[in-house]
Amino acid sequence: MATPETIDALTHAYPGLATSEFRGETRVVVPRDQLLALFQWLRDARHFDLLVDVTCVDYLQYRNAPDRFGLVYLLAQSETNERITLRCYVGEVDLTVPSAVPLWEGANWLEREVYDMFGIQFEGHPDLRRILMPEEFVPFPLRKDYPLQGRGERHNFPVLTRAES
Amino acid sequence: METSGHTSEQDYLWTLNFGPQHPATHTTLRIVLKLDGERVVDAIPDIGYLHSGFEKIGEHLDYNQYVAVTDRMNYISPLANNVAWHHAVEKLLGLEITPRCKYIRTIIAELARISDHLLCNGAVGLDTGAFTFFLYAFNQRETLYEAFETLCGARFTTSYTRVGGLLHDATPLFIEQVRRFVREFPRTLDDMERLLNRNRIFVDRTKGVGILTKEEALSRSCTGPILRASGVARDLRKDEPYLAYPDFDFQVCAATTGDCFARYLVRMAEMRESLKIVEQAIENLPAGPINVGNEQRTIIPDKRMVYSTIEGLISHFELKMSNRGFETPHEESYAAIESPNGELGFYVVGDGRDIAYRARCRPPSYIHFAVFPHLIRGHTLSDVVAVLGSLNIIAAELDR
Repeated sequence: MATPETIDALTHAYPGLATSEFRGETRVVVPRDQLLALFQWLRDARHFDLLVDVTCVDYLQYRNAPDRFGLVYLLAQSETNERITLRCYVGEVDLTVPSAVPLWEGANWLEREVYDMFGIQFEGHPDLRRILMPEEFVPFPLRKDYPLQGRGERHNFPVLTRAES
Repeated sequence: METSGHTSEQDYLWTLNFGPQHPATHTTLRIVLKLDGERVVDAIPDIGYLHSGFEKIGEHLDYNQYVAVTDRMNYISPLANNVAWHHAVEKLLGLEITPRCKYIRTIIAELARISDHLLCNGAVGLDTGAFTFFLYAFNQRETLYEAFETLCGARFTTSYTRVGGLLHDATPLFIEQVRRFVREFPRTLDDMERLLNRNRIFVDRTKGVGILTKEEALSRSCTGPILRASGVARDLRKDEPYLAYPDFDFQVCAATTGDCFARYLVRMAEMRESLKIVEQAIENLPAGPINVGNEQRTIIPDKRMVYSTIEGLISHFELKMSNRGFETPHEESYAAIESPNGELGFYVVGDGRDIAYRARCRPPSYIHFAVFPHLIRGHTLSDVVAVLGSLNIIAAELDR
């Protein structure tokens, strides 16, 4: 969890943002347009040098969800062992968020995976391609409206026979 | 990629498909290498062969059933994955497990670390030509498997933990097997270190190969032995103590050079520290129950309680009915353990039911594989196996 000094500095630098706590975790909900500035501030002013994870939750059937998708950034500090969780909600109309790759190189594959599984566009990502699914695959498998067993892509997938190859 | 667009330059480049069936890509890893003679110009990892979809399955299985899926994520050390998953679920529920359960989980997590490091270092030895070393490592893994089999009836697919407890208690036979292992393993470890630590071929093939600096390791989100070999002594067992780790005396192993040899040394040193933890835990194993009490309503009560008490009967009935189970908070939380390969964390979103709304796994292998192209550029083709082995990529963890 984040130390009180970090939380104080955060609420001082960004007065609009409120922090919450659950089971010892400090969480901040960040609007999309402040995300990149907050990343930069956390990295440079508070030395959060380790981007632990980038993930996304599809809140399609979730009670009291602010928007359809919630992006989750888990940051850590390698010296003081603080942790902070940033959450950013985006909706169906515009699924674009700024990329964290210029700040942490480790975000590269993590953001590609979120793009592959949820269809979130990361603005400024150097190489935003599908990473786990084949390139011609259209749907986004981890969205809640995608069924567990797929939509028949598996049976209809073109098979290359020995004669054709 | 940088090489595109220059036809005259491209004429000199070879494209080599490394894997999925290369003997050094132990699982289904495929890497497309661009070679200039023997020199690797670029490496393009191609992942996602297994399409296991274990995050999607996590949204359809309940918290206890999902433990069987975690076995398959990193099949080299499944017990550590079991512990990680239920550690995260218990954090979401706010459940405090019993002291005996904490100790047993610590023991199995450390034994899993030893077995993982044995395989990883053994495979590095095998890939660089040290076959005897590999046999020594595998022989000891066999001893560990026998202990796991005594503990949970399976060697690989252990599925040993439950929400708020364990499948069975540890038997005296298991404790005896672990004691014997703790007694006998250091001798093999000495032999292994004598075989490779100053071996000319091995040192030449690993020292100065695949150097990862401290800043790069942090910026690229590395954790575990790879981060520690680059000079950052970050270990969740010390930094964010969980389970019974605060009770034990052990060191965090780190190196400074950040090459393949340093990663090998860190893993070797960690096995000795793990042995220290296991020894302390097995000698101070507290008595008492392994599962949380019936009032927590997460563990199925034993038959004696079901037949003789009304609380036991109700609890059993509710937990066995579909759509009942136990209640979870309408919240989300992240918890991680220091697994053999690094930080293994689960981001669990609860929605009241006993099925996770979303179960995100933060796998160390996926993040470490992203570092591979950066490490291998400029080295030769024969260095690919050394670097790949020292990163310890498990293909099942590369899939979502």
